[in-house]
Amino acid sequence: MSVKTLQIDGKMITGSDGDSIFTVAWEHGIHIPRLCHIGGISDVGACRLCLVEVEGQRRLQASCLTPVQEGMVVHTDTERLRAQRKLIVELLMAERNHVCAVCVANGACELQDLAMRLGVDHVRVRYRFPSLPVDLTHERFGMDHNRCILCTRCVRVCDEVEGAHTWDVAGRGAGCRVITDMGQPWGQSDTCTSCGKCVQVCPTGALFSKGKTVAEMEKDRGFLKYIVTAREKGQWIG
Amino acid sequence: MAERIVIHPVTRIEGHAKISIYVDAAGEVESAQFHVTEFRGFEKICEGRPFHEMPGLMSRVCGICPVSHVIASSKAGDGLLGVDPPPAAVLQRRLLNYAQVLQSHALSFFHLSSPDLLLGLDSPPEKRNMFGLVEREPDFIRRGIRLRQFGQRVIELAGGKRVHPVWGTPGGVLHPLTREARDEMAGWITESIESLQIALGRLKSLLDSLQEEIRHLGNFPSLFLGTVNHDGGLEYYDGLIRIVDSEGNVVADRLDPRRYYTFIEEASEEWTFVKFAYYKPLGYPGGKYRVGPLARLNVAQHAGTPLADREMREFKQRSRGAVCESFHYHLARLIEMLHSVERIEELLNDPELLGEDVRARALPNRREAIGSCEAPRGTLFHHYTVDRDGTMRKANLLIATGQNNQAMNMAVEQAARRFVRPGHLTEGMLNRVEAAIRCFDPCLSCSTHAIGRMPLVIELRDKSGRVLDRITRS
Repeated sequence: MSVKTLQIDGKMITGSDGDSIFTVAWEHGIHIPRLCHIGGISDVGACRLCLVEVEGQRRLQASCLTPVQEGMVVHTDTERLRAQRKLIVELLMAERNHVCAVCVANGACELQDLAMRLGVDHVRVRYRFPSLPVDLTHERFGMDHNRCILCTRCVRVCDEVEGAHTWDVAGRGAGCRVITDMGQPWGQSDTCTSCGKCVQVCPTGALFSKGKTVAEMEKDRGFLKYIVTAREKGQWIG
Repeated sequence: MAERIVIHPVTRIEGHAKISIYVDAAGEVESAQFHVTEFRGFEKICEGRPFHEMPGLMSRVCGICPVSHVIASSKAGDGLLGVDPPPAAVLQRRLLNYAQVLQSHALSFFHLSSPDLLLGLDSPPEKRNMFGLVEREPDFIRRGIRLRQFGQRVIELAGGKRVHPVWGTPGGVLHPLTREARDEMAGWITESIESLQIALGRLKSLLDSLQEEIRHLGNFPSLFLGTVNHDGGLEYYDGLIRIVDSEGNVVADRLDPRRYYTFIEEASEEWTFVKFAYYKPLGYPGGKYRVGPLARLNVAQHAGTPLADREMREFKQRSRGAVCESFHYHLARLIEMLHSVERIEELLNDPELLGEDVRARALPNRREAIGSCEAPRGTLFHHYTVDRDGTMRKANLLIATGQNNQAMNMAVEQAARRFVRPGHLTEGMLNRVEAAIRCFDPCLSCSTHAIGRMPLVIELRDKSGRVLDRITRS
């Protein structure tokens, strides 16, 4: 595999051919914000938070989907990018009902962490306050569409790691929802193995363990690396 | 010429309200109303949510008494699970409920009502506040602030936060209490008891000079409702409901709070967001009753702790029957604070308080449950209905302020009739009308959840409803 040399935020960095800018940047300690990416499953560029500026390209690029190229000059933390990311987080907050104070994932939520990191102290766009359901039909888990940011981590982990493909996405635009099987209640799903991987990778309080009260849900995402390493390398390392 | 005087907003209370005073053609006060102008709507907000979220969500109802809502909600949750929480959890809940009573009463007495009591109801309004007290009575007010701090600190040490603690849950509480936290709490007891004895002595010394107010700020017969323990003593966490009349006769006893709907009904009026609770057998408005400190001291035979028992015996001598003067809510509040500190000390000395098992777990086993406790302002009920998956289908919150609503309106009218002279209104007259409300320490943010219809200012109106005078203090 050939090596590519590029510049990220003024640092000369090398990455393997085929690696994304995002992966190479993180390997070198440059932590580009993200919500839909999680190591161990494929990337889809859904959240647009990992956008970067690549010199010579007019449009911003999703770093999780852009492979490194020789001689590339990338900026990950410019004023334009910060403004863009802040707006994206505000839009996410306004799109559904993210009420951190009464959320099971309060204090353990990637959206909340990112909002704090980006200085989102208020939302400039009008809240939509959609009326969305909570599906508690599964014996062990719950799905709160009010907290979902449509990152599709649940869809991908269920398909690529568990192999069940219980989760999918239905609808378009503002009507988009993650669904189980063909849209029936989660508790009636024929394919769900109740493994809980979707719950653990969910960045917010959208998927949670039933019985958890406000701010009680903590997610353990380390399992994914463990499974993927075991599967790909035959090494069972915790 | 008939007129309407409006006091808007009513100050030094928790929430937003106004008072209308209606004056007849002869220039005499005809009636008065207490309107609550804010709306919260938590009963609707929680529909469709998982019931395990309820203690955390309901804690947000109020920044003054979040613990009471957490406890009532957690108890309703216990009922839905069909479990008894472990003893250490019950002791923690009791501890925090006493801390809640202590800090909330300290706020009401020292921060909100002491300016009237110590500086005088006619003192200049620009000085009749906490800052005026800090100038005139620095040691007294510092003690009050410290008492509130003690209550808040207990809540913070056990619940993680002073306001809206994330702590209670269906089946128990989230974390065991640490030895360090308990030891820190114990360090506050001596000072708190000393402060309360000073405050009680001070209030009692003022009562002779306040006879007019005592007689006319909400002095009328009514029923009193509160929780008592198995031997008729003061109880705040568990127990059964007792109702007494103004003569002190027991009207109903050993009522199960989980069946409150069999003896309490609510009516709504279109001029206020707060519902009007009444004792069902006597109908509306005849079944009016009062809850809170005065009611609890009237229904209980004794306190069960030595210092509060002494005060309670003296308190009960103020009347042959029940003490009907709403002004004595202040005195009752101080006695309850003393009792709370004594109970906190007892609980801190109970080795089971530090127990590691604090949560019973189960799947939902009931579709409907009711949790109740004595909140600082009176008996609080949370009534939940869920579906088979544990999704909230309906919530009914029966709040102390709603139960005192009829009495507050009567108190406002009585105070207005006695003190307000429409021809030559003075600020002191209107302050007495507000002081009638402050006796009850209403919490309006707690009490406006049902989608009702209405709005608080003092307005003077004629019979046709035309506003003749309006006093606002914004």
